Amino acid sequence: MKILMILGKLSLGLLLIMTVSGVSSGEVSMPEIPKAKNNFSAEQSCVEPIDLMRREHGLLLKHYRHDTMRRGIRTSEYSLIACVNCHVTADESGNYPTVHHGSDHFCRSCHTYAAVNIDCFQCHTSKPQESFSSDMEPVQSD
Amino acid sequence: MNVSTQNRRDFLKKSAAITVAPGVLLYSVSPKAHHAEKPVTSETRWGMLIDTNKCVDNCTACLDACVEEHGLTEDVPVEIKPVWIRKVTVRDKQTGRETFLPLMCQHCENPPCVDVCPTGASFKRADGIVLVDRHTCIGCRYCMMACPYKARSFVHEALENQKPHSPRGKGTVESCNFCVYRIDHGMGPACIEACEAEGHEAMIYGDMNDPESEISKKLKEMSSSVLRPDLKLNPGIRYQGL
Ligand code: SF4
Ligand code: SF4
Repeated sequence: MKILMILGKLSLGLLLIMTVSGVSSGEVSMPEIPKAKNNFSAEQSCVEPIDLMRREHGLLLKHYRHDTMRRGIRTSEYSLIACVNCHVTADESGNYPTVHHGSDHFCRSCHTYAAVNIDCFQCHTSKPQESFSSDMEPVQSD
Repeated sequence: MNVSTQNRRDFLKKSAAITVAPGVLLYSVSPKAHHAEKPVTSETRWGMLIDTNKCVDNCTACLDACVEEHGLTEDVPVEIKPVWIRKVTVRDKQTGRETFLPLMCQHCENPPCVDVCPTGASFKRADGIVLVDRHTCIGCRYCMMACPYKARSFVHEALENQKPHSPRGKGTVESCNFCVYRIDHGMGPACIEACEAEGHEAMIYGDMNDPESEISKKLKEMSSSVLRPDLKLNPGIRYQGL
């Protein structure tokens, strides 16, 4: 019982420290998010409205990953390869930034600010690259 | 929380209603390919037929193609190097005759690797292709133990610059995925393409549920066998000339 009380006091103390340091964290500057290469369409800049993308991209990625991985659905609009190809931009010397540190990579820039890990790129490539499908001829359906 | 859930619902509803309208970009696909915007179904069962009489000594075209296609190029000691397809030499002790066969995940109908997986990461797609969903694989390697064909590998080291179409990473298990993204776009597995390009044409692939497909016709015509038929796994990979 006593231990619990001590623990409780400790965590309250920690909470206080955190709130205090939270107040002084005004020094963390807003992320500078690199601009995407293209607009998705004349009406829309991304595959979905920007505010939705900002808030829900994690859920959308999870939803479409299930569709692709488990059900074999591969659309040309909702694809992680397409996200990376459009959003990850090269510096002046043509090199792509790493997603693993720094804040130049599109995904990293915001995730560093929000202190949220990104696991995607342990397996998926974080740089635009030639894919097998890039030499496939897209055709207009009718 | 409520607001975001609502948004997501709306979004999913909306996207479910997206139909292929005129002017939408699609990839050109062969008639046999499933429509990549629709889920795969069990009407199809993908399989391969490998003619060991046509597989020759000193050729590694299929192995090289697999390494290239999936980017299995990391510089690691040979004991931990992932292998998705290997070439096995079978020697008849009596006659001394040697037979060569490419061996990869056999895409079993009753896959033991799926039975043992504690997370459901090892799974069989409706069209018979057996895959590892690395999003949920915990790297326990039960499936490696369960597979009677030694078809699976574990990735021991962190990787970089993976192929966009073939993601793979440390701490997960992997095996031949039948070049599933190529299949979904109406193309055949890279190993088969390479074998054909070398002029050996030892492998064909196709839908074993379609009686009109080349593979079904050949399977009906000629005798073929599966590896370890005693296990009753009904593999999707069949061999001739064994
Ligand atoms: S060959 Fe091995 S990895 Fe492939 S489906 Fe059969 S048991 Fe699973
Ligand atoms: S290693 Fe991954 S795929 Fe294999 S049994 Fe364990 S969790 Fe399943």
